[in-house]
Amino acid sequence: MTRAASSGVAEPPVAGPGPDERLARRSPLRRLLGRPELGALLGAVALFVFFSVVADAFLRAGSFSTVLYASSTFGIMAVGVSLLMIGGEFDLSAGVLVTSSALIAALTAYQLTLNVWAGVAISLVLTLALGAANGLLYVRTRLPSFIVTLATFFMLAGLNLGVTKALTGNVASDSVRDMDGFDSARAVFASDMDVLGVNVRITVLWWLLFVAVATWILLRTRTGNWIFAVGGSADSARAVGVPVDRVKIGLFMGVAFCAWFSGMHLVFAFATVQSGEGVGNEFLYIICAVIGGCLLTGGYGSAIGAAIGAFIFGMTNKGIVYAEWNPDWFRFFLGAMLLIATVVNLAVRRRVERTS
Amino acid sequence: MALATVGLLALGACSSEGGKKAEEEAEGTGARLKIAMVTHSAPGDTFWDIVQKGAKAAAAKDGAEFLYAADPDGGKQAELVQAQIDKRVDGIIVTLAKPDAMRDVLARATAAKIPVVSINSGQHESARLGAVAHFGQDETIAGEAAGAEMTRIGAKNALCVVHEQGNVGLEARCAGARKTFRGTMRNLFVQGANMPGVKSSITAKLQADDGVDGILTLGAPFAATAVDAVKEAGGDAKIGTFDLNRDLIASITSGAVAFAVDQQPYLQGYEAVDQLWLLRTNGNVLGGGRPVLTGPAIVTKENAGRLEAFANRGTR
Repeated sequence: MTRAASSGVAEPPVAGPGPDERLARRSPLRRLLGRPELGALLGAVALFVFFSVVADAFLRAGSFSTVLYASSTFGIMAVGVSLLMIGGEFDLSAGVLVTSSALIAALTAYQLTLNVWAGVAISLVLTLALGAANGLLYVRTRLPSFIVTLATFFMLAGLNLGVTKALTGNVASDSVRDMDGFDSARAVFASDMDVLGVNVRITVLWWLLFVAVATWILLRTRTGNWIFAVGGSADSARAVGVPVDRVKIGLFMGVAFCAWFSGMHLVFAFATVQSGEGVGNEFLYIICAVIGGCLLTGGYGSAIGAAIGAFIFGMTNKGIVYAEWNPDWFRFFLGAMLLIATVVNLAVRRRVERTS
Repeated sequence: MALATVGLLALGACSSEGGKKAEEEAEGTGARLKIAMVTHSAPGDTFWDIVQKGAKAAAAKDGAEFLYAADPDGGKQAELVQAQIDKRVDGIIVTLAKPDAMRDVLARATAAKIPVVSINSGQHESARLGAVAHFGQDETIAGEAAGAEMTRIGAKNALCVVHEQGNVGLEARCAGARKTFRGTMRNLFVQGANMPGVKSSITAKLQADDGVDGILTLGAPFAATAVDAVKEAGGDAKIGTFDLNRDLIASITSGAVAFAVDQQPYLQGYEAVDQLWLLRTNGNVLGGGRPVLTGPAIVTKENAGRLEAFANRGTR
């Protein structure tokens, strides 16, 4: 509730001489400390320096593009998930929704022998509908979003396998590699290019674009204010006229949009989609958002923070490989990092709240 | 002359290519080879532990450095392979459980002139994706062997317990077993990462259908679970399985499990590393462009005793 409480408050009488402390300008340093992404940014720099020192291969241009690619595949989802978390909700179905979206496109295009772009469009419509269904279920039942999306998570995981097996007789979708439109769709969703001798995957550019759009929505539009408001306190937000239900449904659809995009990347990067994949990824998206400064309770966070969180995640994910550490320990490092990041965020925020 | 050469070397007047140094490196006596293995294994899997032991043994013998990474998700496995290419390792060993996901990244390995060997799954895609050799078990042939064994132990109505969604190799095992099994065999899907869930699924199936008299599991730990499930549900369903581990040898000796179809994971790791070393040092390729089979090797009560010592140290 950091951004929505400024309007419509009557000015109380100013007691005594001197300027009103509420109108005082905050120093740039203090403003910086108040940003939700600060802890994550410090963490990212520290981690970058750390892996540069311990892993010879980490600083190579090729390695960096691999790290950025890994970050982007989580980061694109983290954009939608972080907005939803700022709005005070979870989506545990986000991981399998990516697979569902990819399967919808691959299966419809193949089974109906359509141009793959038709599959892409059908997938967009159905995936957004699934997101809206999550939102509607939440709004209608008033159950915690944790429970609602846990249910849809299982249902989607079952549907992914059941429908794929029923249609193809197999556990993966048939390859769409040689179908009409594959090459152009691949250029949009899964191509790569050389920039100054460095291989850059197109998902990295889309990721940056999505982060920019989400940041603009959050900080410069009325919708952004509404998102912070419903996450801070839904009842207060409703009382001042924010369309809480519409905002929440929209946020679930935002996650669905990101899932659709990630799903399209899967289809056009690999041509077939494994129906069992995606399980567990929802927690990785949430981790990215939390490392980036989003609060589990809602009302606080940023899309840029989630992007830095995804970058941290990508660096750790690949840094451990470049450093040639025993991968058995990977999850331990991941957990430790999550703990440190959230503790740092908490400390920074308490400090800011005490001093400002 | 030798002194002069040494002196020149010491002065740093080395040729960057060719010469004795290049020859020595090609022979493997120069810099240590760095060989990376990237599999689709979930963390903490016995089978892949044995593969790694084989690979490490070969690496130690060949004086090579062995690196390991794994992710069950096809896309993430491809990213891990890319990371090995970035590191410019001397050879990459991959599993092709999800061949389409590996296609582009293996093309990049070929472009970077890093030889690739595939193991375990994906024998049909191996050569097409640019691997020089494949070491594994033909899942259909292994399935057929298992189906024949199931018939031999007298089962008529059997279950094939599939523990990993999305792995075509497991589906092929069941299909192969169905081909040679003289009875009816149905697939039962269970979640391999959740053992209590596996047990309750099998128990429930046995309770629902008391005509089931045979269970074929596709991994050693699941055979032990199936034994428990049969005990819990009652009845006398006989159990056969794919793969082997220490506990399973004891179960086979005691008769709780009738047979195991071993694909000799140790060989897959060992041969793959050795193949890359041989390719580098002597230009050898095994298999003539066709998969080299490491199984099926059938383990029953008769030969289980001989393998016990090997299984105890975790290499069978």
